[in-house]
Amino acid sequence: KQDASPPPRVPCKPMPTKNNLLDSRQTKEKRSFCMVEKGTSLLKKMEISVAEAEKRTGKNAVNMQETYTVYLIETRPVDAASEGTNPVPDSLWRRYSEFELLRNYLLVTYPFLVVPPLPEKRAEFVWHKLSADNMDPDFVERRRVGLENFLLRVASHPDLSSDKIFYSFLTEENGWKETVFETGFQAKADSRLKALNATFRVKNPDKRFAEMKHYGDELQSVISQLLRVRARAADRLYGVYKVHGNYGRVFSEWSAIEKEMGDGLQSAGHHMDAYAASVDDILEEEEHYADQLKEYLFYADALRAVCRKHELTQYELEMAAQDLTSKKQQREELATGTIRTFSLKGVTSKLFGQETPEQREAKLKMLETQIEEGEELVKERNAECEEFVKSAWVDIERFKEQKDHDLREALISYAIMQISMCKKGIQVWNNAKECFSKM
Amino acid sequence: MSGSVVDNTVSSGNSSAAIPTDVSGQILDLDEDDDLEVFSKDTTLTDGSSFNASMQTSPASMINQYKFEEDADTKDIFVTVDNPESHVTAIETYITYRVMTKTTRSEFDSSEFEVRRRYQDFLWLKGRLEEAHPTLIVHPLPEKFVVKGMVERFNEDFIETRRRALHRFLNKIAEHPIFSSSEDFKIFLTAASGELTSHKKQGPGFLSRMGDTVKAVAAAVRGVRNRPQEFTEMQEYVEAFSQKIISLDKVTQRIVREQKEYLEELKECGPTYALWSQSEEELAEPLKNVAGCVDRCCKETEEQVKNLSDHLIPVLHEYVLCADTLKAVLRRRDNIQADFEAKTEALATKKANRDTMRDDLDKAEDRLEWANNALKSDWTRWQKVMRTDLRSAFVDTAERNVSYYEKCLAVWESFLHSQRTDAEGNGKVDFS
Repeated sequence: KQDASPPPRVPCKPMPTKNNLLDSRQTKEKRSFCMVEKGTSLLKKMEISVAEAEKRTGKNAVNMQETYTVYLIETRPVDAASEGTNPVPDSLWRRYSEFELLRNYLLVTYPFLVVPPLPEKRAEFVWHKLSADNMDPDFVERRRVGLENFLLRVASHPDLSSDKIFYSFLTEENGWKETVFETGFQAKADSRLKALNATFRVKNPDKRFAEMKHYGDELQSVISQLLRVRARAADRLYGVYKVHGNYGRVFSEWSAIEKEMGDGLQSAGHHMDAYAASVDDILEEEEHYADQLKEYLFYADALRAVCRKHELTQYELEMAAQDLTSKKQQREELATGTIRTFSLKGVTSKLFGQETPEQREAKLKMLETQIEEGEELVKERNAECEEFVKSAWVDIERFKEQKDHDLREALISYAIMQISMCKKGIQVWNNAKECFSKM
Repeated sequence: MSGSVVDNTVSSGNSSAAIPTDVSGQILDLDEDDDLEVFSKDTTLTDGSSFNASMQTSPASMINQYKFEEDADTKDIFVTVDNPESHVTAIETYITYRVMTKTTRSEFDSSEFEVRRRYQDFLWLKGRLEEAHPTLIVHPLPEKFVVKGMVERFNEDFIETRRRALHRFLNKIAEHPIFSSSEDFKIFLTAASGELTSHKKQGPGFLSRMGDTVKAVAAAVRGVRNRPQEFTEMQEYVEAFSQKIISLDKVTQRIVREQKEYLEELKECGPTYALWSQSEEELAEPLKNVAGCVDRCCKETEEQVKNLSDHLIPVLHEYVLCADTLKAVLRRRDNIQADFEAKTEALATKKANRDTMRDDLDKAEDRLEWANNALKSDWTRWQKVMRTDLRSAFVDTAERNVSYYEKCLAVWESFLHSQRTDAEGNGKVDFS
């Protein structure tokens, strides 16, 4: 299913994209947003990107006009690019809802894998100057980057990358949706969803998974808190910088009534304006950091989902085992005539008299069949469970390593951002100081 | 008096012999120019004669002698205000400050003095200087009360801010060519508390002050007819300056508010990273590190906010008060002119008492010329001082901002460094 040893991690080089506002920043930053294992066979063949975003209008399911955004997925064979011929890439347009469909399919088909998350559906944890409007061009742009990241994550996953539905998502514009539904995953999805939403308790919870689930809870909680605090701080920082713009205005007005101080004041004022303006770039970069955190906020959810599905698998195994045990017991009771366990049947037969030997024989036979079936079921479920645990745990380990690496990179890039902000501040205030000393 | 040039201060030594006879009548005049002192910054001329309270020369000669002294090397008096102490009596609680003077001036009996003064005493000194020199610019005192309420009067920060302002006030007086030789100033710096109290009582009495006020109101009502262009320009400047400095004060206070709110939010970031580190293994170290960095930046931000409040805002605030002082000075000058104009009119129209009226008119004219020249010179001086003060306040602010960012930069660079050595040690990631 996967390579014997994890191949060395190489930071991926983002493809040249047209609308990517963050492009220059990504190429500037040595550390990239995603960590790509060049080892998957898919990525050895093709380069994937989400190059553009466009607005479309059309009629929806209830025949009403709606405006939505589509994203251009471009794929290009790897060899061609390295040869330098740079042919026109294959491309197709997809909506966010199609990405959701793909992900749901993957969730159902690989319940034991931590499936990469999609960028958020609605803008959350926004600070006030950032729009929460889904149609806002900045939001659309950040979503485009997030979708590209999603595809690259899937494409670099040892198991997911070889999925056929994923491949056709990237390459077949028409009829993909039908293909997905033909797999019948929807029915499976519905039944799984129902089961998962029901409350159930496992008798012998697997310690590792319980811990993982708990970790997922904590991760989600702490990242949410961090995103909230960060957004509020960003809001305040914006205020601090922008108020300095008033200095620019007042210095300029003041310089008009002063003879000797005029020039110094005027030029200092310009630097105050520059200072006030610099916060926009600073906060845009911080949004990038927030997006990295958000990815792992949603990853935490995917991790919890795997643990929950494992719980369900185990529960079903336990149920089957329990059922088998009770059936065996019933057989024993019937065979030996002793009633060890309380059962309504037992009571009623006592009250209304014993059953006939033929009846008992028939019953015994039925029980035997049931027990046989039950044993098969338990075997099956046991195997399922073991398989699940094995595959899930491998993926969880893979995920852990990826998470540790990515988040550390994120923290480093945050530090780099802070340093850049400080350097800008030093420059502006040194310039201002020079102007002030000429007052 | 008009026209005669009497070079009083040139004659050294015995000051009383230098009073021209035609001025003697004025010594008894209880007008504002009571203790109008003539002082020349030309040090060769100052040997005790400058401390004669009633000496006066013609305005023309005074201009020649009124030189603006900027040279710090010739500074011969050093005043500090420190050591606030609280005093509790049956009726009130108040703060006194220690005022220390070190001087080489011969008019002082000793070279070092140490006294304790309260805010009231400073107010008294300011009042005296303003009375004596209605058209000179006295640096403002910090305000009496904090707007928010009396409770804050004894708050540590308030006392410290006030102390600094009082220190600046006295130094401005000491640096002023005319004020620094004021007898009241000398007494303020040197007298024991009892002495000061009795000296205070000697000032122009209540009735005379009432008389002054009545005159001032009357003059104000009359209004000025032919204000010289330069004073109109001065007034326009003061109006505009006042607006600008008030705006700057407001902007700076707003910045402080915003920074405080930013700080509040930032304070929660560090602990959140620390909390996160508790659920992690590999990530625990970098997360704890980041938490530490954020906390350190918080401390720097806190200090930065304090700096703005302690250094820039008080200076801006003082110049807001200065603008009001300037307006008052211009008004007083106008009143003096109005008085002169009224007396001129009176002489032209009335028949009786012409001799006394002519005398009055002469005195009023002198007073006006004196006032105008005093104001013009002090105006130039004030502008230079203002420019120096505000320039250094803003340069200081800019430096502190640079220092703030430099410190934060160091914090984050140390984090990067720790991650680099960590990573290269573990052979994990290529940082090239």
